[in-house]
Amino acid sequence: MIRLGRSSPLCAALLLLCFVHDPAAANEPLLSSPSGLSLDQALAQLTSDDEAVREAAIHAVIEQGDVGLIPRLDEIRANADRSVRQAIKPVMDLLKNRANLESPDQDVRRSAATDLGLSRREVAIPWLERAANQETRKWVRYTMEESAALLRLAADDQGTKLAAIDKLAALSSQNAVPGLKELVDAGRSADATKPQQELSLAAASAIERIETWAAWSNAIETIFRGISLSSILLIMSVGLAIVFGLMGVINMAHGELMMVGAYGTFLTQEFFKAFLSPGLFDYYFILAMPVAFFLAAACGLLLEATVIRFLYGRPLETMLATWGVSLILMQAARVYFGDLTAVVAPAWLSGGQQVMVGVFLPNNRLFVIALSVICVMIIYAVLFRSALGLRVRAVTQNRNMSACLGIPTRKVDAYTFAFGSGLAGIAGWALTLIGNVEPGLGQNYIVDSFMVVVTGGVGKLAGTIVAALGIGGLNKLLEPGLGAVYAKVCILVLVILFLQWRPSGLFAVKGRHADS
Amino acid sequence: MEKMNEQSSITPTESSPDGCPSRRDFLVQSARVTAGVGIAAMLGSLGQWALSYAADKEPIKVGVLHSLSGTMAISEVSLRDVVLMAVEEINAKGGVLGRQVKPVVVDPASNWDLFAEKAKQLLLQDKVAVVFGCWTSVSRKSVLPVFEKNNGLLFYPVQYEGEECSRNVFYTGAAVNQQAVPAVEYLMSKEGGGYKKFYLLGTDYVYPRTTNKILRAMLLAKKVPEANIMEEYTPFHHQDYQTIVGKIKKFAAGGGAAVISTINGDSNVPFYKEFANQGLRAEDAPIMAFSVAEDELRGMDTTTLVGHLAAWNYYQSVDTPQNKQFVSNFKAYCKKNGLPDGEKRVTDDPIEAAYFGVHVWKQAVEKAGAIEVDQVRKAVYGQKFLAPGGEIMMDTGNQHTHKPVLIGEILKDGQFKVVSRSKGLVKPEPWSEYTNPDKGCDWISHQGTYQKK
Repeated sequence: MIRLGRSSPLCAALLLLCFVHDPAAANEPLLSSPSGLSLDQALAQLTSDDEAVREAAIHAVIEQGDVGLIPRLDEIRANADRSVRQAIKPVMDLLKNRANLESPDQDVRRSAATDLGLSRREVAIPWLERAANQETRKWVRYTMEESAALLRLAADDQGTKLAAIDKLAALSSQNAVPGLKELVDAGRSADATKPQQELSLAAASAIERIETWAAWSNAIETIFRGISLSSILLIMSVGLAIVFGLMGVINMAHGELMMVGAYGTFLTQEFFKAFLSPGLFDYYFILAMPVAFFLAAACGLLLEATVIRFLYGRPLETMLATWGVSLILMQAARVYFGDLTAVVAPAWLSGGQQVMVGVFLPNNRLFVIALSVICVMIIYAVLFRSALGLRVRAVTQNRNMSACLGIPTRKVDAYTFAFGSGLAGIAGWALTLIGNVEPGLGQNYIVDSFMVVVTGGVGKLAGTIVAALGIGGLNKLLEPGLGAVYAKVCILVLVILFLQWRPSGLFAVKGRHADS
Repeated sequence: MEKMNEQSSITPTESSPDGCPSRRDFLVQSARVTAGVGIAAMLGSLGQWALSYAADKEPIKVGVLHSLSGTMAISEVSLRDVVLMAVEEINAKGGVLGRQVKPVVVDPASNWDLFAEKAKQLLLQDKVAVVFGCWTSVSRKSVLPVFEKNNGLLFYPVQYEGEECSRNVFYTGAAVNQQAVPAVEYLMSKEGGGYKKFYLLGTDYVYPRTTNKILRAMLLAKKVPEANIMEEYTPFHHQDYQTIVGKIKKFAAGGGAAVISTINGDSNVPFYKEFANQGLRAEDAPIMAFSVAEDELRGMDTTTLVGHLAAWNYYQSVDTPQNKQFVSNFKAYCKKNGLPDGEKRVTDDPIEAAYFGVHVWKQAVEKAGAIEVDQVRKAVYGQKFLAPGGEIMMDTGNQHTHKPVLIGEILKDGQFKVVSRSKGLVKPEPWSEYTNPDKGCDWISHQGTYQKK
């Protein structure tokens, strides 16, 4: 029912204008001044059955309301019927986003700007522009400008539209492409008017500019993704490379050692949750690294002392025995830990960095890349610059001679295996950022690890690095075209063919191996 | 005269000189034989009665065919727990037909061939009256021939892709028209956000492929242009979703896009993490998942999942008195039996379906008055039961269940907030109207799958 208050003549005039106005285009601001309705009247008329009256009320509320109005709107919404509820929701979102444009948190500001850009309400344009002028953060300002331009695209004035198209092209905005495509199609239809054709040409060239930029940014992102996947493969394989490459031990429990590292991270998180203040929670991740390393190294030492020690020089038996151990570890984790192992990534590793338009680099992947580089450098330092490394290499090249020279071969074996296992633990720790912590974690990665080590050449660390780069990069190059399943199939086929051609891998150890 | 007297004084006990048995002889012999037969008969019937007495009080065996180890263990162990809990409840109230129910639990260890072997063992060796089991469609398809050949009975509690209508299976989980189709219709509606572009993403096996086939047919029938539908599959245990999330970002540019996810198992976590870490929010492109329930959410970092959606027929947060009772019973059961995570266990749609499956079977047996499969089957049709999520009804012919459809939004604590509910129960259609409009499933008026005219 239409409630006619004291200003009934003004209301009637307003109503007349509403009926003249096309309700479908009601997103544009009313031509007349909306000041005829006070805020309270507008709120009352929100529940009107008449759509036109509702629209007028909505505009009044948007103009005069602020975020403090939301509880009252919520109340009205709760008691209203479906169509009114659906009409009120955008109003609430608008008011909320308008307030959030001034929030101290930059993510909230950016989020609000994005939502306003898609809201198709021109009333938001001045808010966005004002906020953009005050904005200090580059990418938040970018989003605000983009949203303002998107809203201007729906304006009536030809000049505004052309300026908006230009701006969106300059910003290389992907979000604008659907709207621009519509303009292009409208201009190309048979009964297009001259301004529409003009718009269509402008939009087409804008789309071209945006797509060119998109192609470049896509290429950069693909390279980054290849490097990220390679770093993950590298971190997983480097422990195996040491154990398999240097010692000739085929350790099928390598994946489970990674799982041990991941569960070590989980336990550290639980410890921090239970005993320390929430403010310190994010630091659990740093403490989890030595925990994961030493836990996995300890498991490795135990494994070496009980199982592998007796099976040196017998690779097939080692494989079988370690496979059995992996099954035991997996089921033990299942029984002991069960389901409830969610690892929450620390806040400083969530989200990402926007480097340029269309290139967004997640923090956790940047971290893993840095970690893999550091790991490789540490391993080189240990193996080639330290006393322990010298002994390890000596034992690997000629066990008997090393024993003659007084190197405790048994101890060196144990330390090498422990070091390789510790590296697996570090991999597990890093991978809690990417995936989930669950008993089957090792099984997901073991095949890839072996593939990288064998392709790279057993015995050479450089081979592992090159193989990881190659496989990771190739995988990410093929994936956009072939899809995930066939890209993986392709990689496996290529690896098989490569190994047929060069069975000893990329960087084979030259000459005869003293032990074999 | 004395000679004739002598002749007549011959007593009947002495055999007469010409060898014929006398009348007395005959009578005595017959009496002996009759007594013998009578005693034998009495002993026989006594023995029979004793045996049947013992048999009547013998427990009814039911099979539980869920993986307790291997990759599916994390999902299926809860189903075994709730079936055992339901059996305990039934036994506490006096059992079925006055007999106690004895569960026979086997572990097929997530190995699909082992599922068939164990099913055979349950049906032929243990001679169970009914089996509650299976989760993945692969496991169900492996055991189907075993059940059909040996006329067993299986209650299958998990949502699946349809296109099946077996005589020996009762499907207490959702068919595609009770989960996927209403979910997409909700997304397309104004209330759900009016989405126009759909990215169908799934793991590469039968359930996502079939579901997406049906969804694509539905979207095309609703005039969604082909360019607005994208379909993509990843292998099991896939961990690297960078490229796919990049594609979703591009697809969703400009708004109006939703992701329909049939990703299964441990690939869910890397997907949601990558999605959030690449800067996408639930408002940009909500992910509607069909394989993510409270049980899976327990083991996930839910910060990246808040605001995304799922479609099921039941949530732990459903507000009915019998659900509150059910949830607290289940938690208490897990705690009492020292099961992992005890009090912190949650209930979800497959758990509820497994639970009411047991009760529906019990009701059917009592209605039929027997445990024979054919009689019980007929008694299941049309059965109603007050399940924790509300009343459900077994269909009168196609062996599926009428269930409500609820769309839920994920909350930070791993629970769901119901944002939309179907009006009443949705009739199950194993053959979807979009891909197989000419097929139907009915065991009363037809022999299962039939061609509609």
